Amino acid sequence: MLDKIGIAKRIAKEVQDGYFVNLGIGIPTLVANYVRADISVEFQSENGVLGMGPFPFEGEEDADIINAGKQTITTLPGASFFDSAFSFGMIRSKKVDLTILGAMEVSENGDIANWKIPGKMVKGMGGAMDLVASAENIIVAMMHVNKAGESKILKKCTLPLTGVGCVKKIVTELAVLQVTPNGFQLLERAPGVSVEHIINATEADLIIASEIPEMVI
Amino acid sequence: MISKKVTSVQDALQGIENGMTILFGGFGLCGIPENSIAELVIKETKDLTCISNNAGVDDFGLGLLLQKRQIKKMISSYVGENAEFERQMLSGELEVELTPQGTLAEKCRAAQAGIPAFFTPAGYGTEVAQGKEVREFNGKMHIMEEAFKADFSIVKAWKGDEAGNLIFKGTARNFNACMAGAAPITIAEVEELVPAGMLDPNQIHIPGIMVQRIFQGAKFEKRIEQRTVRSKNS
Repeated sequence: MLDKIGIAKRIAKEVQDGYFVNLGIGIPTLVANYVRADISVEFQSENGVLGMGPFPFEGEEDADIINAGKQTITTLPGASFFDSAFSFGMIRSKKVDLTILGAMEVSENGDIANWKIPGKMVKGMGGAMDLVASAENIIVAMMHVNKAGESKILKKCTLPLTGVGCVKKIVTELAVLQVTPNGFQLLERAPGVSVEHIINATEADLIIASEIPEMVI
Repeated sequence: MISKKVTSVQDALQGIENGMTILFGGFGLCGIPENSIAELVIKETKDLTCISNNAGVDDFGLGLLLQKRQIKKMISSYVGENAEFERQMLSGELEVELTPQGTLAEKCRAAQAGIPAFFTPAGYGTEVAQGKEVREFNGKMHIMEEAFKADFSIVKAWKGDEAGNLIFKGTARNFNACMAGAAPITIAEVEELVPAGMLDPNQIHIPGIMVQRIFQGAKFEKRIEQRTVRSKNS
């Protein structure tokens, strides 16, 4: 079974040379730490920066340079700043190659819910609805089950949706799943996790080939 | 040169009345017009509809107006990080319209650019699409969104000149550049106000025609919401 860092490491393998990538808050933010050093990748943050670097050294933080999680950041050579409308323009026009974000629920047709729990939590969608509606390649980083042990990988989402039919791939602490026209296909299992364990932790049906390889982290 | 300079925040905010709709620049606490917000608290202007990506934190930014119950309605994309906001929303004291961030930005830009409405795929198939016109373009579903209609726009810039030209710094450009000129009167507060001719016209982000009043803020706290650093030793 993977921890959050393991999930981030596995997703980092999906990032290819020349990609512009938007990372959501939480596990997705960690992905930047594990991208191969021998490829060129630029990170976009929707509040208006392309070419994000690591956190600043202590004492060098600048209130005017933050990411979408409101964290102080730095920029790398080649970076640029722009306004919010322009930022979502580059997202809608598909200049950003890969979007990695968290989710509360994903359904077998690729619907995603991650912004609202009616009566309990309403923080807002931020840029998630714009990102999922436009991105060609969306990977979800999430835990397979919630704190009550219930599957978050469902036949149909129960929470208010963020977007419909948009998720392509999911990486959880247990498995890598692909969303196909026929439902979820199990691609890989986490180290030490059996296919049976994954089936039991998943409410949706899984398409399972004869041999499911263990993830290489 | 047509001068836009006003000498005080009080002069800059003249005409803002109870019940008006105001655009506020900023993302989180980054690039918010903090001098104007502080003055609105003093003016005790009430029943405001505030359009802003976020609602500040409990004791800074628009959170200060929330504390004094000066806001009737918030139009935002993300409102976490603010306990008082959550309390007022759940108790029904505060009306909230959550809007996807890119749609929020484009509704400002449309107002700035004189475009009444546009189509976006964001929010199709969700609560956000309820009651909105849906159309298919290039095989994909889109919803119609309308430009904001606000009474005032209040933005913050790094540098400005007396002609109202603005230059932003870093990610503080955010919604400020989209909201300048998106209402009949745009008020710009700047960290440094210089005479016309001191800024290079090649470097201007927003031309002065979009700004009706400009003043230099007395003080900028520029609070950081999430201070994240790494150690030089690691």
